[in-house]
Amino acid sequence: MSTWTPEQPIVAIADVHKSFGKVDVLKGVSMDVRKGEVVCIIGPSGSGKSTLLRCVNALVPIDRGSIRVEGQEVHDPAVDKLELRKKVGMVFQQYNLFPHKTALENIMMAPVMVLKRPKAEVEAQARQLMRKVRLDGKEDAYPGELSGGQQQRVAIARSLAMQPDVMLFDEVTAALDPETVKEVLVTIRELAEDGMTCMIVTHEMGFAREIGDEIYFTDRGVIVEHGPPATFFTEARDPRTRAFLSQIL
Amino acid sequence: MEAVWDFLRHVHDAYGVNLVHFYDGFERGRMLRGMWTTLQLATLCILLSVVIGIVGAWVQGSRSRLLRAVVQGYIQFFRNTPPLVQMYFFYFALGPMMPRVENEYGIPQPILGSFEWAMLSLSFFAGAFNVEIFRSGVEAVQKATVEAAESLGFSRWQIYREVVLPLAVRVCLPALNNNLVNLAKTTTQAYAIAVPETLFVASQIWSDRINVFEMMVTLLTFYLLLVGAFVWLMGRLERALRVPGFGK
Repeated sequence: MSTWTPEQPIVAIADVHKSFGKVDVLKGVSMDVRKGEVVCIIGPSGSGKSTLLRCVNALVPIDRGSIRVEGQEVHDPAVDKLELRKKVGMVFQQYNLFPHKTALENIMMAPVMVLKRPKAEVEAQARQLMRKVRLDGKEDAYPGELSGGQQQRVAIARSLAMQPDVMLFDEVTAALDPETVKEVLVTIRELAEDGMTCMIVTHEMGFAREIGDEIYFTDRGVIVEHGPPATFFTEARDPRTRAFLSQIL
Repeated sequence: MEAVWDFLRHVHDAYGVNLVHFYDGFERGRMLRGMWTTLQLATLCILLSVVIGIVGAWVQGSRSRLLRAVVQGYIQFFRNTPPLVQMYFFYFALGPMMPRVENEYGIPQPILGSFEWAMLSLSFFAGAFNVEIFRSGVEAVQKATVEAAESLGFSRWQIYREVVLPLAVRVCLPALNNNLVNLAKTTTQAYAIAVPETLFVASQIWSDRINVFEMMVTLLTFYLLLVGAFVWLMGRLERALRVPGFGK
């Protein structure tokens, strides 16, 4: 067991390799995320952004390298995945709510079942989270009765109910229509302002620029370059970054 | 009630329609005990075969190749052989191998009687189909939904119990209903090993009283009502499980 202190990176990714069959998805990726930092990862489709996030909470095993969350090696076979997943929350592109449970039940399930916290206390917290994501009044609605943006905010609340130290957002607005993108982004921004450590894979450049402390550009399994948004978007050095940015900005 | 029995007695005398199994207290008792046995047998078989289906489908998702092979072998054996032969195998081949216990008269008898063997063999038979039915439901559950549960720290069993199974049941309920209806009707097969269920007592009564036609009509009506009640219950279950905005 290592001794991690908050001054060290909360997520330390070093030389991570991952391939699916013959396809090398990650080819030596390294990045450090400090506590309270908001990191945005951008890049073309298939560049390995989502895979990287999924490696951080051990949904996908890595082939080589190291990922440490609060000093704990994620891919150590002896690691308690449950302990890891208490620390790391994840929100998905397709929301992935449990369709047979109401919004409130979706939020309450993990704290009650996984953390074994008392139901009454969890329910109070869940109602508070529903207010935080501005969905009070929708507690008893099923996911199928909510819009995409509303479902995604329930999904965010569901992750927050586990009181994680790090939140991973995997293209969380990619499946939403333009009007509802904003309500989700506002929720994430408020989280970031509260000091939550966030790793955000996104195609929303304006959002990344506004919210990110550090922007990483990935292409074909490597990090091409990174920097704070103030310089990243205006002074990109690598031609691949410039080509990508010119296409979408 | 007596007035009804008198009327049926009159119908017998006047028109020759012999409903002795209603108006005669002794035959009525036999008949009702037979129906009660059918009800017990069907209920126990349905419950046990559903449990087998749920557990089997879970084991099929296991990482252990050995466990998966055991379930696969079970399915192949019970799905690909006739249920009557299975019941004979259980009762006549396995039965005598079982340890014996003394009954209340001090006479040694097999630990499992014909009712128990019928229950086990029919449950295993229908259970093999149920495993496949539940598996089809499990496979219809989106992988992403399972992943979300994983990322929240659910254990494999919690994921199955709380997420996969509730969703799978909703998908496979119509197929499950079909199989359970078949199972309820197949309980008549227990006749072959002398379980005193409805068909068995009916055949005793029609042999004693020579009212074959009336007994047949009674039998068919009984099963029509029994299965009808079951289908109605399952329809209610299906409606109760309906989730707004899901599966449409």
